[in-house]
Amino acid sequence: MATETHGADHAAESGALVFHPMDQFIVKPLFGDASTVGMFTITNVTLWLFLSIVAVVLLMVLGTSKRAIVPSRSQSVAELAYGFVYKMVEDVAGKDGLKYFPYIMTLFLFIVFANFLGLLPMSFTTTSHFAVTVVLAMAVFLTVTILGFVKNGAGFLSLFWVASAPLALRPVLALIELISYFVRPVSHSIRLAGNVMAGHAVIKVFAGFAAIGLISPFSILAITAMYGLEILVAFIQAYVFTILTCVYLKDALHPHH
Amino acid sequence: MATETHGSEPVSACVDAGGSAVGMPQLCGDWIGNQVFWLVITLIVIYFVLARIALPRIAAVLAERQGTITNDIAAAEDLKRKAQDAEAAYDKALADARAEAQTIAQKARDDIKADLGDAIAKADAEIAAKAVESEKAIAEIRESAMAHVETVAKDTAGAIVAALGGVADDAKIASAVDAQLKG
Repeated sequence: MATETHGADHAAESGALVFHPMDQFIVKPLFGDASTVGMFTITNVTLWLFLSIVAVVLLMVLGTSKRAIVPSRSQSVAELAYGFVYKMVEDVAGKDGLKYFPYIMTLFLFIVFANFLGLLPMSFTTTSHFAVTVVLAMAVFLTVTILGFVKNGAGFLSLFWVASAPLALRPVLALIELISYFVRPVSHSIRLAGNVMAGHAVIKVFAGFAAIGLISPFSILAITAMYGLEILVAFIQAYVFTILTCVYLKDALHPHH
Repeated sequence: MATETHGSEPVSACVDAGGSAVGMPQLCGDWIGNQVFWLVITLIVIYFVLARIALPRIAAVLAERQGTITNDIAAAEDLKRKAQDAEAAYDKALADARAEAQTIAQKARDDIKADLGDAIAKADAEIAAKAVESEKAIAEIRESAMAHVETVAKDTAGAIVAALGGVADDAKIASAVDAQLKG
């Protein structure tokens, strides 16, 4: 890991197994061989983020361009995604949460497409980076906190004051609630990036073992199985992120337990 | 990885000379600005695409479909009610026609029965009249036959008497024949 030992690593690798499970997460410039990545450099991150936009546009705009009463396949899928998130927001956050449906839909579609695009071979998974998921989680956290205070004023603090608990317990519970509230963005972001990163890294480790002829069939089987699991994880993590966003939004709109 | 390029300085704090990651690329501070910048742009673009184009369009399509379905169901119910009405009218017409047919048939039967009764009565009367006539004819025939028999008997008796050499007294013969005929 440390820079000073990498020379020795390479010497060892030349004859034996080569594991670079984390290399797939390296951010590199697309054009030129500039080694430094500036803020506006066009990198593989830019490319795959752009592709997620393309995917969203393909499905949600081009897929629905016919506005058919009897939907085509792509329109059907777009309507399914719309209905899925719309129902989720309505069920979890309530009718007054529907105002924020486009924001939640944006988060859901971005995460779901970033996750699935990341499953393509040789691709770059933007959602495997904490930098990305932390921005998403902090956006949710800040929006929800500000919204809570704007909508409820100081009444938003009743979220931490569990009125149904015995009076003696309430300060303790308030402390716990406060801590759990501030842990939300951390768990929210690490859950997504951690799941995606771990799955991709495990696939790479199995791929490394495929270099040994005897093990390679099992290795390929394991990769296949992991890939199946990762498809599941790609959707479930997008779903979890979205539904937690709805839950947090519900807390902001209706802070009273 | 390419060991031949190895030996030069690390490319950056996060990538070693061989192009491999140093530690977790997720924790590399050099890239955060780039990722955040492009992510924010991506989210803004997706948000505007969805909020301005995709979501209103899908909402409109769903509403239109809901409206179409509601209208179609209403129309179907209307048609169903019409069909039920038509069926009821048909049933009523059928029942009416059947009742009418029954009355017509009954009437025809009664007419035929009455005609038949008349005809039978008439035939009976005719038969009775014929029978009376016939009896009368038979009586006449019998009477005339008797008269002929008397005449023949008298003539025969006269002839027999004459043949036997007697003198035929017509009056005596007649009274004798009458007495014989009466038994």
